Amino acid sequence: MSMTVLSERRRVELAPAVRVRQSGNSTRPRDTARAMPDDSLDARDLLNAVANRRDRAAFGALVDHFAPRLRAFLRRGGASEAEIDDVVQEAMLKVWRRAEQFDGSRGSPSTWIFTIARNERINLLRREIRPELDPNDPALVPPPEPAADESFGAMQDAGQLHEALKTLPPEQAEVLNLAFFEELSHSAIAERLDLPLGTIKSRIRLAVGRLRDILEIER
Amino acid sequence: MSVTHHPAEALLLDYASGALAEPMALLVATHAALCPRCRADIARFEDAGGAMFENAAAEAGDALPAGLKDAIMARLDEAEPAMPAPSPLDPAIAYLPEPLRGYAGRAVARGDWKRWGRGVRQIRLLEGRSDATVRLACIRAGAKMPEHTHGGDEATLVLAGGYSDASGHYLRGDVSEQGVEDVHQPVADADEDCICLIVSTAPVRLRGLAGAVINPFIRD
Repeated sequence: MSMTVLSERRRVELAPAVRVRQSGNSTRPRDTARAMPDDSLDARDLLNAVANRRDRAAFGALVDHFAPRLRAFLRRGGASEAEIDDVVQEAMLKVWRRAEQFDGSRGSPSTWIFTIARNERINLLRREIRPELDPNDPALVPPPEPAADESFGAMQDAGQLHEALKTLPPEQAEVLNLAFFEELSHSAIAERLDLPLGTIKSRIRLAVGRLRDILEIER
Repeated sequence: MSVTHHPAEALLLDYASGALAEPMALLVATHAALCPRCRADIARFEDAGGAMFENAAAEAGDALPAGLKDAIMARLDEAEPAMPAPSPLDPAIAYLPEPLRGYAGRAVARGDWKRWGRGVRQIRLLEGRSDATVRLACIRAGAKMPEHTHGGDEATLVLAGGYSDASGHYLRGDVSEQGVEDVHQPVADADEDCICLIVSTAPVRLRGLAGAVINPFIRD
């Protein structure tokens, strides 16, 4: 089995991506240009190439990188081989069609592609619509501070976030794993682990607190 | 004015992971439109999901079957399914955020309210599409929602006006959750009709005299 590793690491000079907290008295400039790009930055470049130039080779590289991960993700959720193939196809086609909509300032490519796959799984395998808010809705309540302060997946680097997630206490990590990979609701997780609902709810509350902290550190 | 009553983080995780069924997902997503804090928490959960997905070790079986990549590449020239042009926003329903506006907007604009007890009207949503009971309720200013107990879990999201019950005062954007044991009897604020989205994962039975009259007419 060979898996195409996401393209050769190139040294890319980035314009400083300074993100400065607006709130309170402290301002912490985010680390600026990194000499060594990582998987997430390569995926961003590929997505840009697809968005700007309809670059098929770049898209092919995205398929090589993400499709096996989508398959692993779906298989752990118990989908059949045929279902997996359907969802992977439709999800990658959406990546091709919607590459322009990917907003790099709001999250990493893996998060974006994960949400596309999640929605395809719901649409195709559960035959349900996933209700979603409309970011352009006039009724949407904007954040009180400028968007730069909102942790809308500001992590530039999925690898970094992954490292940080390793610091999650194992009982919290376990809950997130079951939630994302097996699409278990928190009640189903409680049943699976044979634990009281309240215990699971508090692990989730603690986990989101940890995620808030992790994302603060990275800003 | 900001939201003070939020859904439990567990519900936000269920929404982020995709585990949440459509009725409750409708409520959570509509709340998120009104609540930047929950929106950010959902995004944080999605980031965690994205990182876990990216870094999950793929095994031999996950390599692409022969032909799958070719099948994908062959479809790149497919025309995208046409999206219907968005209709102009009717100011009468502009206060309903998406996604709720998409589900209930037309019925609200037409005034399709049906009586649901004294001083309370409702529009049923998602009928026949799930086991849950989903309603947009309009409680007349100062009126009490009839006493009711729950066969299962229920959540209420306020869209207009406000109500009070034993657990607090709820205004636009606020969510309250009730479990099987809970009996709550919301009273709408005196100055304005209260409009709220109520999702019950089991039929709501009305208690008391109103229940004896109304229950036979409830189609669940």
